[in-house]
Amino acid sequence: MWAEVDIRSGLPAFTIVGLGDAAVRESRERVRAALLNCGFEFPARRITANLAPAALRKVGPGFDLALAAAILAASGQVPAQELERWAVFGELSLGGELRPCRGALAVAEGTRRAGLAGLVLPREHAVEAALIEGIVVAGVDGLAGMAELLRGGEVPAAPTRSPPGAPGVWTAGDPDLADVRGHAAPLRALEVCAAGGHNLLLEGAPGTGKTMLARRLPSILPPLTGAEAIEVTRIHGVAGLHEGGGLVGRRPFRAPHHTISASGLVGGGSVPRPGEASLAHNGVLFLDELSEFTRPALEALRQPLEDGRVSIVRGQVSCVYPSRFLLVGATNPCACGFAAQPERCTCSEADVARHRRRLSGPLLDRMDLTVSVERVPVADLKDGASVTSQTVRERVLAARERQSRRLAGTGALCNGQMDAGLIRAHVAMTRGAERTLLEAYERTALSTRGHHRVLRVARTLADLAGSDRVDVEHANFALSLRHRDVVGEVAA
Amino acid sequence: MIAACPECLRRAWLVARLSPNLDRARERWGSLESAFALGDADLIAALGGAGTAALRAAYAAHDPHAAAATCEAAGLDAVCRHDSRYPRPLAQAPDAPAMLHVAGGLSRLSELAAAPAVALVGARRATSYGVEVARMLGRGLGAAGVTVVSGMALGVDSAAHDGALAANGGTVAVLAGGADVPYPRSKRQLHGRLVANACVVSELPPGTPSRRWGFPARNRLIAGLSQITVVVEAAERSGSLITARVARELGREVAAVPGRITAPSARGANDLICDGAHPIRGVEDLLDLLFGPGGGRERTAAQREAPVDQRLRAVLDAVADGRDTLAALARTPAEAEGAMIALAELELSGHLRRGVGGRYVPVG
Repeated sequence: MWAEVDIRSGLPAFTIVGLGDAAVRESRERVRAALLNCGFEFPARRITANLAPAALRKVGPGFDLALAAAILAASGQVPAQELERWAVFGELSLGGELRPCRGALAVAEGTRRAGLAGLVLPREHAVEAALIEGIVVAGVDGLAGMAELLRGGEVPAAPTRSPPGAPGVWTAGDPDLADVRGHAAPLRALEVCAAGGHNLLLEGAPGTGKTMLARRLPSILPPLTGAEAIEVTRIHGVAGLHEGGGLVGRRPFRAPHHTISASGLVGGGSVPRPGEASLAHNGVLFLDELSEFTRPALEALRQPLEDGRVSIVRGQVSCVYPSRFLLVGATNPCACGFAAQPERCTCSEADVARHRRRLSGPLLDRMDLTVSVERVPVADLKDGASVTSQTVRERVLAARERQSRRLAGTGALCNGQMDAGLIRAHVAMTRGAERTLLEAYERTALSTRGHHRVLRVARTLADLAGSDRVDVEHANFALSLRHRDVVGEVAA
Repeated sequence: MIAACPECLRRAWLVARLSPNLDRARERWGSLESAFALGDADLIAALGGAGTAALRAAYAAHDPHAAAATCEAAGLDAVCRHDSRYPRPLAQAPDAPAMLHVAGGLSRLSELAAAPAVALVGARRATSYGVEVARMLGRGLGAAGVTVVSGMALGVDSAAHDGALAANGGTVAVLAGGADVPYPRSKRQLHGRLVANACVVSELPPGTPSRRWGFPARNRLIAGLSQITVVVEAAERSGSLITARVARELGREVAAVPGRITAPSARGANDLICDGAHPIRGVEDLLDLLFGPGGGRERTAAQREAPVDQRLRAVLDAVADGRDTLAALARTPAEAEGAMIALAELELSGHLRRGVGGRYVPVG
């Protein structure tokens, strides 16, 4: 994005062209006040500022500093040729101080792509921007600091690279599996989900702990790698969720309410903003009350689930946001939620079938794992066994390690991402396991796609057990974790 | 094949033609027993209403060959009371219909009717327990060579048919409309399986839509075809209680599956037991009723010897005992894994089935 300023004689005026929004138009007043308050001259002539390319819509107050810099250069108050080397980004206060604003990491990446030497931006964002290699990052406090820099002043000391929330640190106080009592089967399912990157459906009555379990999934996922952390920081920066401070250090956990619209879920708006699916990139997208989400919203999730990214087209702009997330759904088994306790369930067969139909379809088919979350007996609540996230995470890491060694160079990072070809190449089975799966395929309503999903999960189970081959037990366990449309049978 | 005399074909045509008026008559008289006892001419006079003259003319002009051709075109067989292939148990009922229209073949119906038959009936809005029991009994009876008779309605009825079909057993569905019209629509898949592997019958000619009077009317066929009528699940007011009453009037055995005394959905069945119906605790009880004490054990023994090892046996027994969810079977993740593996094996070997809400249900 280029800011040009032309100053010529005429009635004093200040016009900004280049498809700016209201924040950009108001920028005139901020820039004028900031320049005057910092002791610079604001030329009392006709000033035309242009933000190029002119066809692209400009949003937000981030252009303030660039406009001020261009006016200073055009009126000879700072050397113009020096400005050629720098990208400039930030919102001005009336007093000329810089305020943090959204998307610093994305701007830093743009700076490098444009081949500029450095980036001037608010000091709060320096740590974040410094993550991009190959550019000089100058964090300044205000207009005066920038002018000093452009006049040949010293570049402020590069900020340290390890900010407080360094990647990989899951700090104490975050939800931990150690808080969980009982829930033996769901705990196993969570571990498998984390180890192989498989989507998970938690089914259970209200208040049994589905949300509580899902919230603890990030704590057993492997820590973010550097590249992943940068992706997350960039998206969260653009969405305004992450202001200042270095990298996002932990895997995102997003739990949108079920009234969310399709564009809220996958992104949209006249200026496309990332949706929840992208905000959950490299983390967990948790959809509570899965059956209550609107059909368009759930349909919209298909692209991100398949491609790991979302493309949004709005007017002249098209945007691609990455969105590779672990999908965790939670749902009641029937409309009243108490199907597991027949004495409390008031639903008829038809009610249950209707509830199922709301769920069924493409999304349910993409759930690799389904597990029932049941009420924990009081005795277990008091003194049931528990595991810490630490213990489970170590097992998950070991399993991921086996996967990344096996899948190196294939583009897939974990078993959950294997396509049919990779499954053929990488899922070795014992004869017994093959027989079991073949039998299941013939005797149950397992579709071909379902068959592949079972194979992926079985591979992860073998990885967790440290085994090179999928054996009968892994196959059986994978089958029991596979969702089967119970009501389909009843209705047949 | 059409094994019906012209008079009976005409009678079936007449009843279908009067079908709209029968709804009104039932409201007025409370029951249609007296109407069905009337001869053709009296029936026209009693129910013809404004169209009596036109109906008389149409009745006189009725062409039995055309009626037979319609049946054949719809792929149905027909058999009348005067033919030896008419199901004998039904023929003994005083108000048995003149004719049966059969989808699935008359010879198959004769075979199914010659075997001992049990009616499994119950609520349409059944609980999952009712559905599970109906399927279990249907399966057990089917495996023991007993014909399962029911009405293909939602809930208990279809689960009973489904269970019998799953065991490759015989089953007969009695519909309130034409035998070629799947009702309710959502059960058309089941209808297809019944026509292919079992029988669907109706007293009405092909294409007749179901009307209100047809449901209590077909209940007398269900009871008439069966030695025992079992009410699997019924609330206080339920169509299945009509079937039970008809069965009792015919002098057939009535049985019911006991339910929780606090559940409104079980009140009808529990009341029946109070009134002397046989309580049914499983397929054995039904087989004992049919074949005398001990008969049940003999016939189910073959299925009982399940070839499962001790580890699986323990899980299977726990599930049968009511510890039928994973939380009840396992307390630690390691135990859960073992239990899930065992459950998957039992599911594959056909000993267990997954129910609603993460519960496991023993099969058979």
